[in-house]
Amino acid sequence: MGTRVALFATCLTDTFFPDTARAVVRLLERLGCEVDFPAAQTCCGQMHFNTGYRAHATKLAKRHAKAFDGYDSVVAPSGSCAGMVREVYPGLHRSAVSVAGRTYELSEFLVDVLGVTDVGAYFPHRVTYHPTCHSLRMLGVGDKPLQLLRAVRGLDLVELPAADSCCGFGGTFALKNAETSTAMLADKMSNVLDTRAQVVTAGDNSCLMHIGGGLSRLKTGVRSLHLAEILASTEEEPWAATP
Amino acid sequence: MGRNPVTWLGSPTFPNAARDALADTQLRGNLAHATGTIRTKRAAAVAELPDWQRLRHAGEAIKDDILSNLDVYLEQLEASVTARGGVVHWARDAAEANEIVLGLVRDAGADEVVKVKSMATAEIGLNEALEAGGVSAIETDLAELIVQLGDDRPSHILVPAIHRNRSEIRDIFRRAMPGAPADLSDRPRELAEAARKHLRRKFLSAKVAISGANFAVADTGSVVVVESEGNGRMCLTLPETLITVMGIEKLVPTWSDLEVFLQLLPRSSTAERMNPYTSVWTGVTPGDGPKAFHLVLLDNGRTKTLADKVGRQALRCIRCSACLNVCPVYERTGGQAYGSVYPGPIGAILTPQLGAGTDDPETAALLKSLPFASSLCGACYEVCPVRIDIPSVLVHLRGKANENAHTPEAVAMAAASWVMESPTRFHLAQKAATVLRLIARRGRVKRLPWPGSKWTDSRDLPAPPKESFAAWWRRTRG
Repeated sequence: MGTRVALFATCLTDTFFPDTARAVVRLLERLGCEVDFPAAQTCCGQMHFNTGYRAHATKLAKRHAKAFDGYDSVVAPSGSCAGMVREVYPGLHRSAVSVAGRTYELSEFLVDVLGVTDVGAYFPHRVTYHPTCHSLRMLGVGDKPLQLLRAVRGLDLVELPAADSCCGFGGTFALKNAETSTAMLADKMSNVLDTRAQVVTAGDNSCLMHIGGGLSRLKTGVRSLHLAEILASTEEEPWAATP
Repeated sequence: MGRNPVTWLGSPTFPNAARDALADTQLRGNLAHATGTIRTKRAAAVAELPDWQRLRHAGEAIKDDILSNLDVYLEQLEASVTARGGVVHWARDAAEANEIVLGLVRDAGADEVVKVKSMATAEIGLNEALEAGGVSAIETDLAELIVQLGDDRPSHILVPAIHRNRSEIRDIFRRAMPGAPADLSDRPRELAEAARKHLRRKFLSAKVAISGANFAVADTGSVVVVESEGNGRMCLTLPETLITVMGIEKLVPTWSDLEVFLQLLPRSSTAERMNPYTSVWTGVTPGDGPKAFHLVLLDNGRTKTLADKVGRQALRCIRCSACLNVCPVYERTGGQAYGSVYPGPIGAILTPQLGAGTDDPETAALLKSLPFASSLCGACYEVCPVRIDIPSVLVHLRGKANENAHTPEAVAMAAASWVMESPTRFHLAQKAATVLRLIARRGRVKRLPWPGSKWTDSRDLPAPPKESFAAWWRRTRG
């Protein structure tokens, strides 16, 4: 029997990007894991916490901890949601300490826990990678996503200029300071376009929703795609969006 | 230019000020170039030191010791400065500090003073207060002089005129600098020479100099000013009277603690191994330098800040401005949008705390907007030489700004939280969100009513697929 993993889909991915969560299931099962999706999960409370609503965030943290009780590994396709649980939860409530220690962002789980960088993926496209701020600075995933991408067959990985600059999403920042957020997005898009990549990928659908939303608005033809969906793609079963 | 303590009177909230700044082509170009250059240089300067992270921890620990025992160290400093012939003054707020300084200048019989660039005196609006009292204050740092002559506001802690280019500087000099050549060109060498000649006259005639302090050593009473142009050295040694205005948090316990900060500061701020001029003086020395030395210790909201367990770490700040240079928000908006002498990430956590309790509604609105002027990307925390966890303080201050706020946002957040506390309600909300599909074209929502328009004004929103992941899981695996 393989490693038992609880998928923490995150509310955004669950609702807007179910393909990403399906890709995580497919990928982890292909690597021999037994994946469960605890039905009680909803939202980790990051938006509340980061916008300054700590009491609400604490309530959500307590119920999130309960929802993932008993699982050795909790895997999220999001650096910021995993960062919320791992870095912020211990300071919110005693009952949320344990889940913090068992929660991983996807690329960390693959490289550190499962010990794989070649996940057997095939994705014959020109791709650039945006390291999201929370995966980079809160979790410190380093170049793990790049190690995974470099091992994908057929993938032409191009370096993103000024990669570690924030894309300007920042949760409610994108609404409360929409103009500044857009100015940051403009520079990020310009760097993405400079790479002549067909696909921009990252470990967070929130940032990708922002970058991809801008790229789509400007009809650039460049698409945003979560890292999990690239890693799930194989020659036999290429990635295809659910209509 | 009227100024409330800490903020500039009449400054709009951050989002409103940012809107204008974002449209300023010159500003955007200058900032992108300047911050990009200094970022790369800082990274290289820091990478040279194998113990950089340990130095940061040491800086944090020393400052935390100061902050936890501030009463003891301040009295120790007062005693050591007094023992060496200096006079210590205590100022609760900007008004008191300005009154003390004006009185000292008048006692010295001066109507003109030279100044070394100082954040503390900028914070309290000292120049304006002196002006009102009939004393003209001449800024001697080149960039600060440009700002002063241009009747402008600074936009960076270290490079206050970062928003100006050289032809603008030439025009300012021609217009406002006494004795500037009429045919002054915009060549940096000529501009610097004009400023040098102007300032030299002032250095030689001034009876009183006013400075800030980068550090003061509690056990010796020594005061330290770090600078690059040599103007500080002139101010600190030539005039008969020296008045230093210093925030009460600028202490280090002992002389040897400077070792840590004189490594952290130059590498973080100018990306130099060592800054060109480090001036240290201890009280007065007969026959050498100023005959009278006054040290004004300024509170102006600092003890109030100290009372906040999370927010107090902002008082560790050594004003290096590394956080400004790496901040993606600052890089786009510049410093003036922050409405205070403290711009960028540090300003976003320092200004609201120092200015808390204001009774001016416009200022209160600005102060509340500042902690939200960040995407929480964390670049500031990564470079801070004294490890101020700026993102955490921002989030903490956001919470304070939301206290007792009966805003539509607070209602929406409470509703979202109520939904998320139950999987049933969450799954119904997911179902409800698919209504967006009705207004989507090719799976993309192009336009939403306010406040959704704040998103769709510049980005498409993906319409949620018919079936959420949770629903798919229930259907196929449940």
